[in-house]
Amino acid sequence: MNYEVVIGLETHVELNTNSKIFCSCGGHSSAKTPNDCVCPACAGMPGMLPVMNKKVIELAVSAGLMLNCEISRYTTFDKKNYYYPDLPCAYQITQLNHPICTNGCVEVKSSLGTRDIHIKQIHMEEDAGKLVHSGSFSYVDFNRTSVPLIEIVTQPDFRSAEEVLSYLTKLKSMLRFNGISECEEGAMRCDVNISVRPEGSEEFGVRTEIKNMASFEAIEKAINYEAQRHIDAIEFETEELVQETRRYDDASGKTFAMRNKETESDYRYVPDPNLMPIIIDDEWIEEIKKNKPVEVDDMAAQYREAGISEKEIDMIIANQNVAILLDKVVKMGCNAKNAAAWILSDCVGLLRKDGKTIDELDIDANKLGTIINMVESGDINRVSGKKILVAVLEQNVDPVAFCKENGLDKKVDTAVIDKVIDEAISNNAQAVEDYRNGKVKAFQSIFGACMRELKGIVDPAIIKETLENKLK
Amino acid sequence: MEYYSDKINDNGTIAVDDSILVKGAQASYGSKIMTGFKPLFSAEAVTRLEDKGYVVAGKTHVGEFGLDLVGEFSHYTKQSEKLVGAAPALIAEGGVKAALGVDVNGAPRRAAALSKVDFLKPSYGTVSRYGIISTAASGEQLGVYAPDAEGVKEIIEVVAGYDEKDGTSLKDKTYAYSTDDVISGKKVCVVKELMALADEDTKVAVDAYAKKLKNNGVVVEEISTDLFELGNIAWQILMSAETCNNVSRYDGVKFGHRSETYRNIDELYVNTRTEGFNFLTKAVILYGSDVLSKNRYKDCYDKSLRVRRVVAEKFEALMKEYDAFLIPACSKTQYEAYDINEAFNKVFEENVFTSVANLIGVPALVSQGVQLMGKYFDENTLLSMAAAVEKEGK
Repeated sequence: MNYEVVIGLETHVELNTNSKIFCSCGGHSSAKTPNDCVCPACAGMPGMLPVMNKKVIELAVSAGLMLNCEISRYTTFDKKNYYYPDLPCAYQITQLNHPICTNGCVEVKSSLGTRDIHIKQIHMEEDAGKLVHSGSFSYVDFNRTSVPLIEIVTQPDFRSAEEVLSYLTKLKSMLRFNGISECEEGAMRCDVNISVRPEGSEEFGVRTEIKNMASFEAIEKAINYEAQRHIDAIEFETEELVQETRRYDDASGKTFAMRNKETESDYRYVPDPNLMPIIIDDEWIEEIKKNKPVEVDDMAAQYREAGISEKEIDMIIANQNVAILLDKVVKMGCNAKNAAAWILSDCVGLLRKDGKTIDELDIDANKLGTIINMVESGDINRVSGKKILVAVLEQNVDPVAFCKENGLDKKVDTAVIDKVIDEAISNNAQAVEDYRNGKVKAFQSIFGACMRELKGIVDPAIIKETLENKLK
Repeated sequence: MEYYSDKINDNGTIAVDDSILVKGAQASYGSKIMTGFKPLFSAEAVTRLEDKGYVVAGKTHVGEFGLDLVGEFSHYTKQSEKLVGAAPALIAEGGVKAALGVDVNGAPRRAAALSKVDFLKPSYGTVSRYGIISTAASGEQLGVYAPDAEGVKEIIEVVAGYDEKDGTSLKDKTYAYSTDDVISGKKVCVVKELMALADEDTKVAVDAYAKKLKNNGVVVEEISTDLFELGNIAWQILMSAETCNNVSRYDGVKFGHRSETYRNIDELYVNTRTEGFNFLTKAVILYGSDVLSKNRYKDCYDKSLRVRRVVAEKFEALMKEYDAFLIPACSKTQYEAYDINEAFNKVFEENVFTSVANLIGVPALVSQGVQLMGKYFDENTLLSMAAAVEKEGK
């Protein structure tokens, strides 16, 4: 029998704010040592009251607009009670009854085609701290406590791991481009709800939830493992499926039950009387809308029009820093397709040599644009341009000055080029004859002879073109 | 009272209940579980008083988390034969000019009534709750003890007002207090059901007060309503639930008492809390957990929220006809010592006189052993009535 996998996602995203959700402590990313960003409020001391960070509401609304959600005009907070040392108040402030956004929708492309994934809701909440275990002691670090999160909950609309990854990749770019989250390592965590059912069936199978995964790779593996486990359980009756929470173990590539239903804790949710209901009016929404959501799909279309390849488009959209750099360079008058090649092939290639990733690309857009413009205008050749790029990346030199100091800007007289090429033609009479008789390969040896003289001085493209013309 | 200031060159000396934080001074709310906790900041009300030249001279003992009758179950004091509240007793002795207390369960109002001093629990949202040790956040309010209504007015004027540090503090209200509004022609109602619960001495006190109000041209009528009985049950549920989750932070991990015997985190929690809380607090925690549990939430907690709305509507309807309630603050004029095992029920029974003001956030003023309860943000009617009666003498 064929089975269909049904998946719903809960994605926790750390918001890009300067301070925590209910106090003025800085975000934990600025923390140097444990408990660096802590105040009486986020340490759960009595007497402190939560005061709403307005920016959190605005970012949550932006996320809602981005995912085509309905924005709640009335939204409230609830307390979720459980004991854990990294939770200072022994309750987490979250939204249960009136979440800030509901009923959204986003288009996702995969080998199943382009399909709509429906967003059930987006709600705001505070993060917990973390425990550090050392020897027989455990230490509490509250830096991350009360860092603002949104949780984006989808309907069970996914039908494959591929579709989930496509959604997550798109979501990540959208969140970054709209300034909602930096989506750094660990700042985006997923709970995956998964079940399988015979193809064509309308009823859902038994659902399990895999908690707290941060890497896309792990999510993909976990889904594939878990789906197969469900299918095996149904097909071969290997085990009885129960609704439960599971944990994915990366080392073994398997999922394990965390706790069963009998012992599942009752969170005793209760409205938080310290936070008054938040009323979101049209005016406020309009204000937030002024920062028009960046449509990732529109961006891709623009790049496509400029002649950038699909592979490159994917890379640009997945990396906001690249997109911003590209945008700046294009605004300086560079050709978009060329600029994309400079960034994605040359810059990233050089980074890779140093064992760095695209995320670490840090180059002054002005300097890069200057180099590209010099090459495009023919002031220097591409080889010289690349030399300057290396110097800019390594020593952050001034491209124009570096170019002059190293004599890369010397204009080569066309007469010199003609002379070298003419000499090469006369010195390689046999090859010239072969080429003219249709032996295309023979071109290489003549071209090579020219290049030996002109390499690094003249753009190979110019040599090639001139040589071809002369051989006609 | 524990003194930590001997300044005398000041505008007046104020005591604060141990439910209110004063920077650097041990804060315990009468509980062992907070042993050694010294706050890093003072309550907004304390800061405002100090800014105006008052000296906050010391802290007065209160019952653990304000859950008892008048402060009899503090970890730091012994229960006396005749129960008495520390702050009002101090005022009655002339020890301080005024005191601040947190009214979450009626204890300060009862204590004031026993000691025959005044206590105002203002409308919810009047005084910043920043720096009070919170138990039932949706109904607790910081109030003022003073020898008389004039004294209350002097202090409430200083501590009332918007504070951005408290999300429930109200911005668009005017906080202007008066003790000389015209009260002649106003109408007050006495509640038959509450009078039936009071002892003879208390009835006499209410009747005497009614007479003095009449002398000032106030119309006094008797009504019958189930408002107080309904409200008391709802507040018991909401108060217990909120207290339960507000005191869950006292777990021995961060500050306060920590048990010396534990082998793992569960034992650390259980032993710390078993040793740290008294029987009454434990009863409230259990009751509060129960009403929030999955199976009971709808029938208990959620229903209480709806009852709160019904009570508010009934109250408003009555207040179209009357300007205030004249009711007892407690059933007796003197409480005797009793066992803590009986406390949960005993306090619940006594709360019938006080809990509606907490539940729906309206002001209540205790004066001469009786209680006036009025419209939301209409403290002035209560203060003016009390001031007029006080002028006639005790």
